[in-house]
This record gives sequence, structure tokens and C-alpha cells, in this order.
Amino acid sequence: MIRFVPRERTPVWLTLTVSIGSGLAALLLTAIPLALTGAPVFTAFALMAAGAAGDGFALAETLTRATPLIFTGLAAAVAFRAKLWNIGAEGQLYAGALATVALGAGLIEAPSYVLVPLVLVGAAAAGAALLLVPVLFKTRFGADEVVVTLLMNFIVLLFVQMMLEGPMKDEMALGWPQSAPVLDEATLPKLVEGLRLHAGLVLALVAAVGLHVFINRTVWGFRIRAVGENARAARYAGLPVGKAMALVGILSGGLAGLAGASEVAGLKGYLTSDLSPGFGYAGIVVATLANLSPLGVIPAAIFVAGVFVGADSMSRAIGVSNYLADLVVAFALLSVLVGGLLTRFRIVLVRREAA
Amino acid sequence: MLWSALEILTQANFWAATIRIATPLIFGVLGALLCERAGVLNLGIEGIFVAGAMSGWLAVYLGAPLWGGVAVAALTGAAFGLVHGVLTVPLGLSQHVTGIGVTLLATSAAYFGYRVAFPNVATPPRIEPFPPLDVPVLGDLPFIGPILAQQTALTVFAFACVGILAVVLSRTPLGLAIRAVGDNPEAVEAQGLSVVALRIGAVMAGSALMALGGAFLTLSAFNAFYFGMINGRGWVCIALTVFASWRPGKALLGALLFGALDAYQLRIQTIAGGAVPSQIFLMLPYIFSIAALVLVARRADYPRALMKPYFKGQR
Amino acid sequence: MHPDPRPLVLSLTGITKRFGPLTANDHIDLDVRAGEIVALLGENGAGKTTLMSILFGHYIADEGTVFIAGADGQLAPLPGGSAEVALGAGIGMVHQHFALAENLTGFENIVLGTQSLWSLGLRSGTARAKIERLIADSGLAVDLDVPVARLSVGEQQRIEILKALFRDVRVLILDEPTAVLTPQEADGLFATVRKLAAKGLAVIFISHKLHEVLALCERVVVLRGGAKVADRPSAGADRAMLAELMVGRAIPARERPPSTPGAAVLSLRGVSVGAPGQRDRLEQADLDVRAGEIVGIAGVSGNGQGALAALVAGLAAARAGEARLSGVALTGADPAGRVAAQVGRIPEDRHRDGTIGALSVAENYVLETISAPENQRGGVMRRADIRARAAAAIRAYDVRCPGPDAAIRALSGGNMQKVVLARVLEREPKLVLAHQPTRGLDIGATTDVHRRLIAARGRGAAVLLISEDLDELFALSDRIAVVHAGHLSPAMDAAGLDVRTVGLMMAGHSAGEAA
Repeated sequence: MIRFVPRERTPVWLTLTVSIGSGLAALLLTAIPLALTGAPVFTAFALMAAGAAGDGFALAETLTRATPLIFTGLAAAVAFRAKLWNIGAEGQLYAGALATVALGAGLIEAPSYVLVPLVLVGAAAAGAALLLVPVLFKTRFGADEVVVTLLMNFIVLLFVQMMLEGPMKDEMALGWPQSAPVLDEATLPKLVEGLRLHAGLVLALVAAVGLHVFINRTVWGFRIRAVGENARAARYAGLPVGKAMALVGILSGGLAGLAGASEVAGLKGYLTSDLSPGFGYAGIVVATLANLSPLGVIPAAIFVAGVFVGADSMSRAIGVSNYLADLVVAFALLSVLVGGLLTRFRIVLVRREAA
Repeated sequence: MLWSALEILTQANFWAATIRIATPLIFGVLGALLCERAGVLNLGIEGIFVAGAMSGWLAVYLGAPLWGGVAVAALTGAAFGLVHGVLTVPLGLSQHVTGIGVTLLATSAAYFGYRVAFPNVATPPRIEPFPPLDVPVLGDLPFIGPILAQQTALTVFAFACVGILAVVLSRTPLGLAIRAVGDNPEAVEAQGLSVVALRIGAVMAGSALMALGGAFLTLSAFNAFYFGMINGRGWVCIALTVFASWRPGKALLGALLFGALDAYQLRIQTIAGGAVPSQIFLMLPYIFSIAALVLVARRADYPRALMKPYFKGQR
Repeated sequence: MHPDPRPLVLSLTGITKRFGPLTANDHIDLDVRAGEIVALLGENGAGKTTLMSILFGHYIADEGTVFIAGADGQLAPLPGGSAEVALGAGIGMVHQHFALAENLTGFENIVLGTQSLWSLGLRSGTARAKIERLIADSGLAVDLDVPVARLSVGEQQRIEILKALFRDVRVLILDEPTAVLTPQEADGLFATVRKLAAKGLAVIFISHKLHEVLALCERVVVLRGGAKVADRPSAGADRAMLAELMVGRAIPARERPPSTPGAAVLSLRGVSVGAPGQRDRLEQADLDVRAGEIVGIAGVSGNGQGALAALVAGLAAARAGEARLSGVALTGADPAGRVAAQVGRIPEDRHRDGTIGALSVAENYVLETISAPENQRGGVMRRADIRARAAAAIRAYDVRCPGPDAAIRALSGGNMQKVVLARVLEREPKLVLAHQPTRGLDIGATTDVHRRLIAARGRGAAVLLISEDLDELFALSDRIAVVHAGHLSPAMDAAGLDVRTVGLMMAGHSAGEAA
């Protein structure tokens, strides 16, 4: 019989070992289906590693891919901390992207030091507003936010398609449903000439540090932690539970909205309905890998981005489907969940007497 | 135009489509409610739909009989249910996050498997799906006949599952135990039954039902597997489960209601022509699901132990 | 002494169970004979629950053996670790927190797990006949066909006992069975237990209520610190002696200086709380709690004291009537407003309402006052100051913990409650709401809580004590009011009251009838 005995504190070496062990476990688990297909397992993983971090270009590509994942990872981390199960970062990302195009593609003409902040605030506001709907449904009507946020993803995507085929359609795009490009003044600058890496990464890093300080050091961060850990006791103590939840909704939705702004204004330059290959859902994986710590989101996002970038490169080289990346990420999520038990509990084997 | 909107309701075609759209949801809601009656939220449903659709179809493509494909889908679903059950019941991990993980795993496994089997196909390969029903006597009736003629044996099986699950839950010792373990696992433990076995078993059986919902799409509604073909149907089932207040009979009603709405919006779309963007109509089913959830949420009689992990000897 | 002619049904020999450094059971021997009613007495943490959990298969003993008589009357070792095996061997247990599925009927709960899970239908005919026979034999009358959620606590307990009897148990363990009953309901339970014992059932009665133990049981086994310290006939034993055995030292009678009440701090006039259909509600209550006095509220839980506590704590608003705090109307459900109005609130359930397990001791200490200037500046927590003040409170309230940064969930119940007391009482509130302040605490921690409440009264606070423990109410209260079915009696001078009167009033008799 196995018993879980809670740990009072977790040594740092154990946390690190478990994180690395979970990553290895994910690769091992992925190796099984990979080997079953007859693909060269070691070559495939070596190519993935090289594709993710083999040279400067690969690394830059990984960091570019990590940028939206940091935002959506933070969005999930802050929400899950407060036990607000926001599975709708995908939709909030699109809401932010839509706002970016609405504000940045010609509606307003202003110098970049005005337009860039405006676009970012607009995108965050759009994402936040979108999440406030399920938060309101939850607090007012007791409707489970998981289902509502999930279903809203589909509604938002349809809405984006509708806008791209209708009012926001770029007439110059030869019939493709895509938006007009954002103005140069609304574009986030490139970090290194010749690479796709853009200032969105800096914003993402600042957001991670900012969220870390906010959660751990401020009164509102304290209230959010208290409400998340035990909403009944928080209410009993007189903490503003509803406002804390709304604030979490604003932060989480806003961060997801920024992911959309960063992708449109930093990378793509315009909006299509396939802007995100599931960054919103991957954010949940990132946040879980990071154990919901804002600072931990940074390495977790880089890891997940590396897996995707590496798998694309591997797939081009040896023709193994890049859906392998999704498998690695799914296994990583489950491995980290199980590994988390090791950091939170001591696993004690209890001798069972012979019957 | 109003007249033609109402006239839709009199068409046998519309009711046939309603039942066709509802069938996978019936399987899905039954599966979700079985898991939740035992106290486990299974957000793996969306991925299990995908895996069931893909595995059932692939089995038939590789030469298995149609019912063999159904069995393969059910076993696939049960296998992912086992993963979800082991992680959430004895290990007590977050049911939300684990469920999302199972959805990612099942979806990517299905997509990866499909790409391995068919690396470079432009048009999806097809199979010979379940044939339409040929019912004596009833099939000759007006109105009813044409509706039946558009259904397959899998739909009949879905309706049968509603009855079977209703009877099992309300009338058998197993049903008592499942309802009890979703309300108070200590009651079950104190009577000498195993909470872990009951919950994992219910999640596996529920996941098998979910996978049948996916298999219906590839083996009956269509004849091929497409990426993105599930498109949120699993999540809709989770909402309908609350709407159905965890009762099989109401689950059937909810699925049919949803099917009718979906079938109706498709027909209204053609009447409305290009006046209203098609996406508005496509949003309606999702909006109705949310509305249904919000309306019943306050009154919903959630299983008391839903999402609460249970560890033996800790009280 | 004559050898007891009744056959042994259960024999525990040398049972030892360790949890890390703690020895919960230390070589405990216990024999129980057919038809015998044995009391198992001990403080919280003395090892009663662990011992019974081993007997019932929740835990496995590190050393020692449980012997149970088989059908032939021969003792045989019972394999540990399985409730199913224990049940099969004839051991039944009624837990303090009922193990009932509330969405099932009483009948369904009783037959749950007694038929093969793979059979296609419930065989209810024979089962029902057997249950009806058991009801007739034991006097445990109850409606079998409504969901358990709709039964009263006493009725739910009857279902629990019937569950055990249905399985033909030969040893029945009752864990604190009277905690949820009125004294009169408890008398009914005792009558049933005696009836069952007369038919040969062995009963182990776990309690810390000494008068019950003496009234019901023929033998008393006392545990202290995991070891058996006494095993003797109850004839010739008295309360003081048993209490001393339990605690291991003489318990000093509680010293309580006379009260000198001042003006009313809390005053209720015709106050109703909770929807009319709700079980735990208050109807048209009048009550004054004055500065410098302790007013106790007696009643079986669910009769309206929850609504009263919710009103005072700010979780609920009055539906009708007028509630005033020092003359200022208490309006709305506003916990933060109550904190600001200097109401100190000790919640009924410290795990659920009183503390946030994952946060540190220091953070729990400032939970109610985080926005006060001493705890934050410009929205940023003053973490060093908070930690320093928490450390001071830890010393002042003798909280045993690794330090202010330790997660509070690692603390024992008593130490957790001390953190709550420190948070509430350090602010010198005008009104103290103490709702079941000692539930689940050992005698040491209980004494400490009582001392602190009397001290608060001494410095002029009005104290509203809600408790189901009549001993506690009588020990602390200056005046006592009884709540039954939502109706609150006038507060009566505690000195002129006796337990019997209060017990009858808890069961719904008026003060006049009860006296």
C-alpha cells in the first residue's frame, strides 16, 4: 500500500530533479510510439534538439515561438493559482489579435510611442473583457467556467473568421481571408536584424517578473493567493472575493490578449484565422510545467517552444510527422503532474501483512 | 420567409438530421455523466472523441468488420479512461489539468497515428460505413419511415445505451455503488467496496462511451477521418451533462435538443442566404450550450464528491 | 473475582502503530466479550481512533494481532488492512461523521455492497424483511425510502446502526455517537444499545463524556498517550477519577471571577436570519450580550445557531428585525465590516473557514487586517513587519510551530486554533464570537482557549459562545440561551440552570415545561 505524506518543505535539488526527470520521462514515453512506427528514435530526437537549439537561428526561432507561450503560460498560471479554470486563453489570444488589427491597421494614425502602447492596452483589454464574461457567469450564476471558456474559444474563432471575411477583410489580399497589415508605427521592433525575434519577448519577460512580484509582494496578490487556496476562509476573513476573482480574470485574459498582440504586431503583421496553433491550450501545459510559478513559466515556455520548433525541423529532415511534438508535450504535462506528487509528498510504502 | 422557417419543422429530413447530429452527443453525455456520477470530471472527452473516431475508422480501414471497429474505438476510449482514472483517483491529481492532458495526449496520438499510417494523402481514404436501417413495417410508415431510413444501427445502439445506463444506475447494486461513490466515497469504503476500483471502472466505461461518439462520426455519419472533425463536440457534452442533471433520460433530451438546434441553424442558413454571415449560425450551438449551462447552473444538483479526491483512511 | 462466563468475541494483543516519531498505539491489549458494553475513553490524540481504525481495517498495525471469534466461537487472527475483511468477520463501526451516501435512500445505503456488483437487479424482498425485523427488535424506527439527505441527524445515525446490524455484526463500535444528539435522544440510543447487548452483541463505546460512560458501560478502558492506562469495571469509578486517568493529572476546577456586565454590545430584536424553508435558520430572536459577560448558546447543531453565527460573523444579513452592535445597526452581509466594527470571530471550522492551509502562519495571522497601514504601504505588503509581529504572537500564544513562515496546514489543530485566537483577540474586539471554539482539541488546548475567552470577558469584551458541549457551556457561560428549530429562548442565568433542563429545551420543550 502506498501512502502520501505531505512535505513541509521541498528541497530545491528535488524540484530540479523532478523537472528534469519529467522531461526525460516524456521523451521516453514518446519514444515508444516513435519506435513502433519504425522511425530512428535517436536520430529523431537528436534532430529535434538540433532544430531547437543547434545554432543561433534555431535558438532565435525557439525564443520567437516561446514568446506567445510565456504570455499564455502566465495567463494560465495566474488563473489556476486562484482556481479560476480559464481554458479560454486561445479565444482571448484571438480577441487581443483582433483588437490589435482594429486599432493598429489604420484606424488611428500616431507615432509608434503612442500607437504601440495603445495597441497593447487595447489587446489586453479585449482579452480581459472576454474572460470577464465567464467570471461573471461563475460568480453570479455558478456556471462552471471550464465549459464556458472552452466553448467561447469556438465562438471567438468563428467571430474572427466572420470579421476576416467581412468588415476587416484586406481587399489587397487576393481573396484570402486575412486582415489589412498593421501600420509600421504599431509594429513591435525586431530585436536582432535578420531574425524573427521581436520586442514581444522583452515584454513577455517583463510581464513574468512583474507578475511574480505582484503575486508574492502586493496586497492584491495576497488576496488572490488567499482566495485561490481557500475561498471560504477568504470570504470569512472579509477579503473581497468577487473583486479578487475579477482581477484574476482581467490579468489572465489580459495576458492572453497580449499574446495575440505580440504575434500580430511583432511577428505576422496581419491577422489570419490560423494565427495560433493552439498557443492558448499549450499555455496550460506551460503553466503546469512551471508549477504555476510566473518565473518558472519562462523556462517552461522555452522548453515547449523548443519541442515544437525542433519537431518541425526534424519532420522536414526525416519525414516523421511533427504531431510528435504534441505527443511530447502531452506526455510532459502528465509526467510533470505525477512528478509534482514527489515534490509535494513523501511517498511511503506501507508493508501489507500477508492475508 | 417566416413560413419557410417554420416549415422546416415538418420535414422528415430535418428530424433525421436532428437524430444524426444528436447521436454522438448521446454517447458523449452518457459517458461524461457516468464518470461524473462516480465523482470524476473527465475533460479528456474531446481527445477521446478524436481517438475513438480515428481508431475505430482505422480498424475498419484495415479490414475489421464495422462492429469490430466500434469495439476497437471503445477499447481505445477505455485505455485513455484508464490513464485519466489512475492519475486522478489513486494519485488524486487535478481533474481539470489531467483531463486537458488526456485530451492533448489522445488527440496528438490519433493525429500522429493517422499521419504515420497515411503520410502523404491529399484526400482522406474512405471506408464503407454503416448502412441505413431497413426496418420492416415501421420503415413503411409515412414521415417516420424516411427518418428511420437515414439512421444506422449505431444510433439504435446509442438509444439502447440510454435505457441500459438508466436501469443500471437506478436498479442494480453496481448503480447504487457508482451513485454512492460520487456522493460520499467513505460510505462505499465503509461497506467494504473499493473506491478506487469503482471510480476507475466508471471512468473507463464512460470513456469507452465517449469514444463511441467519435466512432459514430467516422463509421456512420461520414466515412473518413478528418483533422479537426470533433470541433468541440466533447466540450458541448460536458455542458449538456450539467443541463441533463446527470440523468440518462434528460441526457437524451438534451442531445436531441442540441441536435435540433444545429440541424435548424443549418437549414435557416440556406433560407437566409448571404444576408447574415454563416458564422453567426455556426456560433448558435455553442451559444445555446453556454446559455443552457448558465440557466441550470444554480439549480444543478452536482454529485457531492465531484472533483474531490479521496484517500483511504484520511478523514 | 469470578471469571466472566460470556465467550470472548474480540481480543487485541500488543497492538502497536507508529506514525513517524509518534507512537499512536503502544502495545495495547483489549478483550471484549459477547453482550458486553465497553467504554473506550481518552482525550483527542490518545489513540482511540487509531486503534479502532486498525480494528476496522483502515490502518495496519505495526505489531500485534487482532483476534476475532469465528462462527464456531474460536478466536482466529484477523488479516488487517481491509474494511471488507473486518466487515466479513463481524465488526461494524458507526463513525462520528456518518459514512452515508446522501443521494441514496436509507434502504439503498443499508444494502450497498451486500450484493454482488454484477447481479442484474437488486434483490430487495428478503433484504427488506430482514431490515424490518431488525427495526422491530432494536427499536430503531426510521423511514427507509427517502433520500438520506432528508433525514435528521438522529435518523441518519439509526440508518448507520442498521447498516451494521444488517451485516450480522458481533462487535459494534460506536465512535462518539452522542456528539450530535440531544441528551434525550442519547437516552434513546442507550436503550437500543442495551437491548442489542442483551441479545449478545459486543459494543465498544468511544466517548469523552464521562457521565455517559458511567451510565451505559460496564467496563471502562482508558487510553492516554497511545497506551492503555486503565481497564476496570465502571462500578465504583467516578468522573473525577476517570478524568484524572485520561489526563494523567488532577484537573483543577476552572476559576472564573464573577462577572460585572456593562452595557449591551450585541443586541438582537426580533431578528430572523435564513430563508423560511432553510433548516438552520433563526426566527424572531431577541438577545443581548453585554460587555464583560459570556452568553452561551446551547442547541443541537442545525437548529439555528449556524444562522446566528453567520449573522454575527457577517456572512448573512438579517431578513427581519434589528441587530445592533453598540447601538449601530448591523446591515448586510459584510464580513469585512464586522472586522472593522471590532467583532472578533472564531469560526466553527478552523480548516474550512478559519485558516488558509497553504499560506504561512504569518499570512494567516494578518488575513483579516492585510489592508491596515501596519501591514502594507502603497499596496505592497510589509513582509518583515508582518513576520516580526507574527513571531511575537507565536510566543505570546505559545503556538508550537517551526516559525512564522511555516505553512499553517502543517500545524496541529490546537496550534492552528491558537493562531486564530491570536488574530482575533490581539485586536481587543468589543464582541467575540466563539463558535465551537474547542471542537476537536485536546484538554490542554481546550483549557487554553477557555482561559483566553475568560480573559477577554475580564477586560470587558462581550463574548457569544456557541457550543454543543454542555460541559463547556456550563463551565464558561454567565447566561445560557437555548436554540431549537430556529427559536431562541431568553438567556437564563447559568447558575440557576441544570443540564437536564437545557437538554429538554434543546429537544424543543419550553423553559416552563423543562424546569
